[in-house]
Amino acid sequence: MNLTLKVWRQADADSDGKMVDYKVEDVSEGSSFLEMLDILNEQLVETGEEPIAFDHDCREGICGMCSLVINGLPHGPERLTTACQLHMRHFKDGDTITIEPWRAKPFPVVKDLVVDRSTFDDIQQAGGYIGVNTGAVVDANAIPIPKEIADWAMDGAACIGCGACVAACKNASAMLFTAAKVSQLNSLPQGEAEKDRRTLAMVETMDAAGFGNCTNYGECEAVCPKGISLDMISQLNRDYAAAAMRRLVGRAS
Amino acid sequence: MQLNSKIPSGPIENKWDNHKFSIKLVNPANKRKYNILVVGSGLAGASAAASLGELGYNVKCFCYQDSPRRAHSIAAQGGINAAKNYKNDGDSIYRLFYDTVKGGDFRAREANVYRLAQVSNNIIDQCVAQGVPFAREYGGLLDNRSFGGAQVSRTFYARGQTGQQLLLGAYSALNRQLAAGTVQMYNRHEMLDLVVEDGHAVGIITRNMVNGQIDRWAADAVLLATGGYSNVYFLSTNAAGCNVTAAYRAHKRGAGFANPCYTQIHPTCIPVHGTQQSKLTLMSESLRNDGRVWVPKSKEIAQKLRNDELHPSQVAEEDRDYYLERKYPSFGNLAPRDISSRSAKEACDDDRGIAHNEGGNGVYLDFADSIKRLGQDKIAERYGNLFDMYERITGQDAYTTPMQIFPALHYTMGGLWVDYNLMTSIPGCFALGEANFSDHGANRLGASALMQGLADGYFVIPYTIGDYLAGDVGLASAGRSHTDTPEFDEVENQLREKNAKLLSINGKRSGRSFHQQLGKIMWEYAGMERNETGLNKALKLIPELREEFYNNLKVPGSDGELNQELERAGRVADFLEFGELLCRDALDRKESCGGHFRSESQTEDGEAVRDDENFCNASVWEYTGDDSAPVKHTEQLEFENVKLAIRSYK
Repeated sequence: MNLTLKVWRQADADSDGKMVDYKVEDVSEGSSFLEMLDILNEQLVETGEEPIAFDHDCREGICGMCSLVINGLPHGPERLTTACQLHMRHFKDGDTITIEPWRAKPFPVVKDLVVDRSTFDDIQQAGGYIGVNTGAVVDANAIPIPKEIADWAMDGAACIGCGACVAACKNASAMLFTAAKVSQLNSLPQGEAEKDRRTLAMVETMDAAGFGNCTNYGECEAVCPKGISLDMISQLNRDYAAAAMRRLVGRAS
Repeated sequence: MQLNSKIPSGPIENKWDNHKFSIKLVNPANKRKYNILVVGSGLAGASAAASLGELGYNVKCFCYQDSPRRAHSIAAQGGINAAKNYKNDGDSIYRLFYDTVKGGDFRAREANVYRLAQVSNNIIDQCVAQGVPFAREYGGLLDNRSFGGAQVSRTFYARGQTGQQLLLGAYSALNRQLAAGTVQMYNRHEMLDLVVEDGHAVGIITRNMVNGQIDRWAADAVLLATGGYSNVYFLSTNAAGCNVTAAYRAHKRGAGFANPCYTQIHPTCIPVHGTQQSKLTLMSESLRNDGRVWVPKSKEIAQKLRNDELHPSQVAEEDRDYYLERKYPSFGNLAPRDISSRSAKEACDDDRGIAHNEGGNGVYLDFADSIKRLGQDKIAERYGNLFDMYERITGQDAYTTPMQIFPALHYTMGGLWVDYNLMTSIPGCFALGEANFSDHGANRLGASALMQGLADGYFVIPYTIGDYLAGDVGLASAGRSHTDTPEFDEVENQLREKNAKLLSINGKRSGRSFHQQLGKIMWEYAGMERNETGLNKALKLIPELREEFYNNLKVPGSDGELNQELERAGRVADFLEFGELLCRDALDRKESCGGHFRSESQTEDGEAVRDDENFCNASVWEYTGDDSAPVKHTEQLEFENVKLAIRSYK
């Protein structure tokens, strides 16, 4: 198939960007979206133009590195699918496709379609862990965990940290991302001891990084390639309220 | 090159304990005086950086991705082995050790493998304590599944995303140390070279991938946890960015490279769709627990299936060849990876492949029987995300139409030679995880890569590094940080010249096109089956391609910016040298063993034939210069516990 692409080009963080049109031809239906961009970049290199910079790595939907807004939707039109797993059979010959980077103040553009998501690491470093040193542990089966709880923790842990939730939210809120990790750790017995400390620190770091508030539109859940549920945000809100109350009375964990 | 493996004496079950007791320790208060660099943030790198940070060392960790959480360990699907024997099915440390040595076709170092089996149980305990949500039964206890090459259920898993969960566990431990300030993280930094002074590794040079800045880093020890080299084949299941540069640069600075020809072809990947393909996707081996592998018995039926004149469900039972079950009745569909892969190739070479690509290269993995037996819900619970992924890529529903699979490059058992302390032949330079060679021999069993990465990082290097730091480095010289030395100057100048050269060739072809062409050569002549004629051909073609690369490469842009073409060109330049080393090793090893199958060395019915008399060793290659051939050294492998035997899965 032959396609017209409208792609965001921006030399670096300090430059202005603009949309630039490209034609790409002979794309096979079985190719992935990123393979289609590879083909375009190949053409650009051969004609001496600078290829389009975009983040990608595993190309199987799990590393969370790819970050394209395709026709206005983070990761494109297919539900539960990262851009790298989106295949060209979902487009038609002659289509015009727009491709932009994640747009959110806490994710500044580095170049073209590449953004800086280090604020996500900052949130994790604030408390996205259980305080245990290597070796200082008990036998794995000494901590029985009901299957339902283990499954719920896994639902949250499935987050790939891509940032589509932020890119989709009109407030650029990182609540779904933060909630997924908080819910995973807070619901497990291993995470109980640091529950309040974790919740408060992660939420405060998220706010300080400039992410907006959650106003329950649910855009994040709709675009999340891993189907992380808004229920995670409910748990975060409950845990945050409880932690804040306990802090008020000097009883936070 | 001196190869002293430092295997401790004594009975195998006491070696590790004796060693831990006899090696030197760094006093807790002195640990903060030592600087350590960790390159890579996958399972091995992240677990090592976190554990060393907890101990009090000053650690700096580097990764090429935008966050340490994205290292390619994250893509491992199936599980992690441990000898917990929670299933009461006869597992033990000894059995895990035995299975791994046998699975590796008797080309691994016994002492290392035994240690791996010993610490496997600690890993599961550690991960659970970190909050890794392993699959559980209703009683709240951990669930297990079985994997290829084993007759017990010892694999722990987290849906089809075990690698992700283990990596996020290690990442969380790393985050805790980043918050504590014992570890500093440098994202989007690619290691370009190793710096060696007086025969000791003293630092690295990196390129900041955002602005092109070249930085020098000095330390008392350098840990390379930089993964494998499957991407020398271009098409593999590795992430697009995985590369051999760090390991290969260390090799050029004096580290022996062991068994580069030991590559693993994974039997269950999605077949190639066409020439625009950039990578292959794995379908977890765990699928073989419930899926049955087959092709039609007749070429005519295969032809009809390829042409869509027949649906696979219409093929009568008696017309199907469940070839793994037929050839290997006791292991059946769970035969080890090398054997399953070669059997698939045999069937397709016999014109019975069923995929729509060139050559019909694909076989069925059929779940119909399991769905009938267990119900679709149960299958969806076990493998739902894999079935979803399959549908996204191929557009087909594997609940109603059997999956199509074909082998692809997946993992590399070869790597930097290391001694029992995980130190390469350059003192002070260590290699962990897939980057080293020691534990999997000529073939790795499923669910053992995660085990080894975490074993090295959590439970081996934190002890063994002390021996080097307290011994060779010593307290008086601890804390190396100066980079204004002639050695650093020289390496940096070489790197700047190299980048300038890549940018100035100004030819017509992209780095990707050279990479793709190299991959074709490697797959054709050094892929699933190798022979002398083909390898000699490859050894002629690769230098020719390399010459064209340096005359006809095009890299747009400049050095001082984010330049993905320059990054790629540097990696491809190293692959173009490394590919040659791999072929040379494959040519030299005239036997067949594990993932290395030489067509000259097989039985009448196509099984691999080892040559223990001449090749019961590790081949360790020493770099001697760009214009001279590498020199081979060998480490003889002694099997004192597991008797050398013909590996049979029948």
